[in-house]
Formats: sequence, C-alpha cells, structure tokens
Amino acid sequence: MDRRAFLRSLAVGPFLVGLSPKGRVQARPPLRAERGGKSVVAQARDPSVWRDGQLVEGKVGELLDRAVAAAFGYRDPAEVWKQLVARGDRVGIKVNCLSGRRMSTNLPLVWAIIERLRGAGISANDIVVWDRLDADLEKAGYPVRRRGQGPRFCGNDSVGYYEGLFAVGEIGSLVSNVAVRDCDVLINVPVLKDHGIVGVTLALKNYFGAIHNPNKYHARCGDPYIADVNLIPALRQKTRLIICDALEAQCEGGPPFMPQWAWRYSALLVATDPVALDYVGWQIIETRRKEVGLPTLREAGREPTYILTAADAQHRLGVADMAKIEVVEG
Amino acid sequence: MSKPLPPAEASWSRRRFLAAGASACVLAAVGPGSASRPPFLELRRAKDLSVVEARFYEKLPNRKIRCKLCPRECVIDDQERGYCGVRENRGGTYYTLVHSRPVSIHVDPIEKKPLFHFLPGTEALSLATVGCNVECKFCQNWQISQVRPEQMEAYEASPALIAELARESGSPTIAYTYTEPVVFAEYMYDCAVEGRKRGIRSVMISNGYIQREAMLELCSVLDAVKIDLKAFTQRFYTELVAGELKPVLDTLKLLVSRRMWTEIVYLMIPTKNDAKQEIREMCRWIVSELGPDVPVHFTRFYPQYRLRNLPPTPLATLRMAREIALEEGIRFAYIGNVPGEEGENTYCPHCHVVLIRRAGYSILENNLRAGRCSKCGEKIPGVWS
Repeated sequence: MDRRAFLRSLAVGPFLVGLSPKGRVQARPPLRAERGGKSVVAQARDPSVWRDGQLVEGKVGELLDRAVAAAFGYRDPAEVWKQLVARGDRVGIKVNCLSGRRMSTNLPLVWAIIERLRGAGISANDIVVWDRLDADLEKAGYPVRRRGQGPRFCGNDSVGYYEGLFAVGEIGSLVSNVAVRDCDVLINVPVLKDHGIVGVTLALKNYFGAIHNPNKYHARCGDPYIADVNLIPALRQKTRLIICDALEAQCEGGPPFMPQWAWRYSALLVATDPVALDYVGWQIIETRRKEVGLPTLREAGREPTYILTAADAQHRLGVADMAKIEVVEG
Repeated sequence: MSKPLPPAEASWSRRRFLAAGASACVLAAVGPGSASRPPFLELRRAKDLSVVEARFYEKLPNRKIRCKLCPRECVIDDQERGYCGVRENRGGTYYTLVHSRPVSIHVDPIEKKPLFHFLPGTEALSLATVGCNVECKFCQNWQISQVRPEQMEAYEASPALIAELARESGSPTIAYTYTEPVVFAEYMYDCAVEGRKRGIRSVMISNGYIQREAMLELCSVLDAVKIDLKAFTQRFYTELVAGELKPVLDTLKLLVSRRMWTEIVYLMIPTKNDAKQEIREMCRWIVSELGPDVPVHFTRFYPQYRLRNLPPTPLATLRMAREIALEEGIRFAYIGNVPGEEGENTYCPHCHVVLIRRAGYSILENNLRAGRCSKCGEKIPGVWS
C-alpha cells in the first residue's frame, strides 16, 4: 500500500473518526524542536537531582527548564511554554504509571510541568494527568481526582473512550476521551525503560495507554502497531511536547520495576519528534546494557523495530537516524 | 441486596458502552434476527473484577509467566495482561479477571449457535464474558469481544447461579458463546460442572484456538462444540484473524477423537475465503480427518467492525459452497444467516426427505423419530434427546 492509499484508509467508512481531532482549532503551527533540518533531542542531566534516595523537587524543575530551553534554543524556558500552549487550551499530560512508585513517571516531574503550564496561562482546571487506569495512578502514588478544582488525575476507566473506532494500518481501537474530546494539547511524559516484549517503552509506546486494546498489539515486538497507534490523528496532531523521565531508568526486565536493572540516569530528555526521542532513548538503553554485560536488544530477540517503522514512508512520524538527529545538552 | 434488572437496562446501547468507561449491562440480542429473551432470575452487577487464579499457565523467572491456555503462549510480565486482555500477571501469579463476570446473558434458540443436530427446538442459556484470543476484522461482537473487563459493567454470576438460571428459564443447555469462551475457560468449566449437577448440558461456541490440554479438560464437562473454521488458509488467519489455522484443525481432530458432538461454521467472506478450490480442499479434509457426519454451516457474511468494504455474501456463493460440500461427501451441509433458504433444512442422506424444516431459528417440522429418519429409518448423527 502506498502512502496515499494508507492515509486514505484513515478515513473511510462511517465508523471512523475523521482526520480532524476534536478540540480548538490552533491559530499557529506548533513549535518544533528542530535545528538545521534536524530533529533536536535535548538532554539535561544532574546527579544532584537525587538526595538520600529521594528526588529534590526544585532540582527536577531546574532540569526540566534546562532541557526545554535547550530543545528549542531559547534562553527563557517560560517563553517556550508560552509558545507551546495558549490561554484556554485544555492540556492532557500522558504519564506512564504501570509499574508502581519506582518505575513510573515521577510525580515531582508532573508537578513541575503543571507549574510551567500554569505559568503559561493554563488554568489548573484545564489540566488532566492521565493514564490507563485510576488504579495505575494510585499505585504510582498519584492523587486520583476525577473532578473538582485544580488538575484532574484520572484513568481511561474514569473518562471513557470516544465512541468512534479508529482503524489505522493494522490497528482498530477506541481512543481515550482525554485525547479525542477533552483536550486540545497533549504532553507525552514516558519513562526511559526496557520492555520485555517490544524492546523499549518510551514516547511512542506510551500511547498504548490511550487505546482500549493494547493487549492486541504486542506481537512482532509491537511492529507496526505502535507506529500505527501514533498515527491516530488526535494523538499525532495534539502532542506538542515529549518529556522523557530518565531520572531513574531501567535496561532489562521491564516494564515492571526490577531494582537489579534500574539505574539513576538523573536526566530528562525533551523533544517534539517522538521517533527521534525514542531512537536516542533506545541507544541509551543499549549502552547501559553493554555496560552491565547484557546482550543487545536484537540479540535478545526484541529489537524495537517499531521505532524504525514509525520513521518510514508510510508513517513519517519522525526520524530514526542519528545523522538527522541533533542531541543537545541542556 | 440483589435487585431485578429494570427493563430499561435490557437493551444493548453502544453509546452507553462507549461513554464514561462503563456500559450498561448487556441483555440484548447479539447478531441479526434476534430470538433472545432475558433470563428470569435476579442478577447483581459486579462491583469489581474477579481475581481467580488461572489454571493453564507456568511460572517463569523474574515474576513472568507463560500462558498455556491458547496457542499464543503469551509470556507475560508482572502487572501485564495476555493478548486476550482478561488474564493478568500479579506478582508472578496469573489470574483470570472474568470468572463469574458475564457481560451478556440471554436465552437463545440452540439453532442460533448454530447447532442443528443438538436438541433441536430447545433453548440455551447463553452467556459471555468480555475478551477474545483473536481479532477478526469482521467480528460482529467486537464491542464485547475486543474490550477489557474494566471497560464494561458485568454481572456477578457464580457458576451455581448460572446453572440455576438455566434451570429457571427452562433451558436444557448452557451455551458459552458470543465472545470467545476459551478466554473464560475456568468459568466455563465450573459452570458446566454445576450444570451437570442439575442435569443441564453445556456447549461451547468457539474459534477452536486452544491448547490440547485445556481442550481435553473441557471435553470432560462439555456435551457439544461448535467451531468457527474461519478459512482454510493460513494467509486468511494471518491477515484477518491474527491467529493460526493449524491449532484449530488440531482442535477439530481432538474433539472428534473424543466423540464430542461437533459442528463447523464457515463464514463465507467475498474474495477472502470463498474460492471454490479452498472450499473443496476444506471439505476433503473434513471428510478424511473428521468424517462425513460433521455438519458444516456455510453462513452469510455481513460487513462488520473493520471489514466494511465488502458486500454481504451472495446467495449463489453459499449455494455453491454447499454443493461442493455435498459433492465431497459431507452428509450435512447447511446455509446460514439466510432465513427461509432450503439449505437450512436437514435432509435424510439416504432417502433425501426433509427431516427438520427450519425458518431462521424456528423449527417448522421435525420428522426424526428417536434419532432416525421417520421414512427410511436411517440413523442420523447428533444429540437428539
């Protein structure tokens, strides 16, 4: 199937949702982290972000500011946030909370993101922190709040799924109301970790938490399913920023927390190109695996080829080639 | 305190299912031409998922498990689920989340399953939990088969209650159907055991995608099985089912070897599995491996789910398939999903008289006497009493 036919397949039949996601029409093109024709992945590291086994909240915020500023080439990260979101936007923060307190998106990072969104004029009532299930959020130490004043924290089981079936490539899924109906802007906040079936779980894989049937799409190391999910218009068009939590990372035994394979990388990765971020994150995990004497993911039989598929001519979700990626230090 | 289900809740609402992450309890017809009715006993809504240890799995290092229920053999990390979405690894122990949690319960004619040689004219208490171990792009029940348990409100119905429901509703049979009963194998087994205590039989309406050991265990408590043979090529199974053909054929051989009453349904999808040669090869395989007495139902496809760009199966195609089956020696070939079609009837393979005349799910005429043709005395295979 050529790209034209593939894209046509996104919008055939009365049961499909069209290409335009529901939500406010954006007045300007989204800000991109690009430089000289390359996708930028910014990395900010600071071991002092950990003290006595705990995250230092102020340091997490500093890391976030450094990474965001570096990704977009701005001096003042607050200016970046003002470019990324506009007053009145409803913002969804997609976290990954499947693995309890130790290997999920760290809550201090989420609060730091919320603080910067509010600084950019977003009402706290228009922010929702979201994952697959309320219980997942609870297990990761998040306060589940489905309604009321302030940011909401809830799972798809609370907010439900949009009623149209999205059939894209090899997948047919219902998509969380947060992504389709309730938000204008999405911020993807995955964790840097290994995955026992699909190789790694980073930005692209994090959106498996947005669909109702991810269990159907782990075969063949998630290829092409993970790439296909990221073609869903609501996810693709609304995602403005990816902030990968690499404060503590894991190179083997994921997605559950395995202390023997976790290490404090003390970093945040920031990008707008999910493929580039995943590709860089994949290399970080491979490097760590080599350091601790583990085989490569290819040798382990779970090379995350879906990242390469996400960059192919049918998907064009980003670039998976270090010659086209600029990694900058924040 | 249990309460009777109000009539307003007794219809399937897709909108309600899709809204707010929890649906109405389902008490509606599944599939075209409903002849369903709700059971009588009071049912309580489940407040949570079940957590019953699964019976077919092995433990692996690092809190992983390998599921041994279906041929996929999912290897599942802690806190993760298998392909079916209804079984979860919690700390290295594998649990079924749908035991005693049906989402759909109806009283259906047994002909709706379809089983044509099993207690014709009777009703079956028919139930399903959510979940399936394949993903057919033409699934007619995807709203319940392709979801996870927390996405639908379920009933709390123990195996004993299900058996009582069957008895109360006057159903001699419990049918495990609508979704894929393989994924709720433990519940099916326990319900069948409770049914037997009360003289109620059990039939499994399945895709046959199950491992030998699990199927053998179920054979000890089931009375009949209908298998959806979705095609006779692996290519079809790969592209449209996300499954495998060979394990299904192995299941069919196992069932027949265990003398389980078995019928086959073949949904004919235009351009996908309706080639004459494929039908002929399948029929030859059935005759040689299963014998000529296994009924085969060629049923009409209607556009569904993710396969909506094809027309309904032409009647001529269905008739062609039935003709090929008869030519190849299959003694009971039927046409399904075409009410009033002559191919719905059972004919004596010896004297060709109409034995059972059907219209949809209704029996208009039954000329069987103690399982034999009332005209020539030919013994007709099946479960008749």
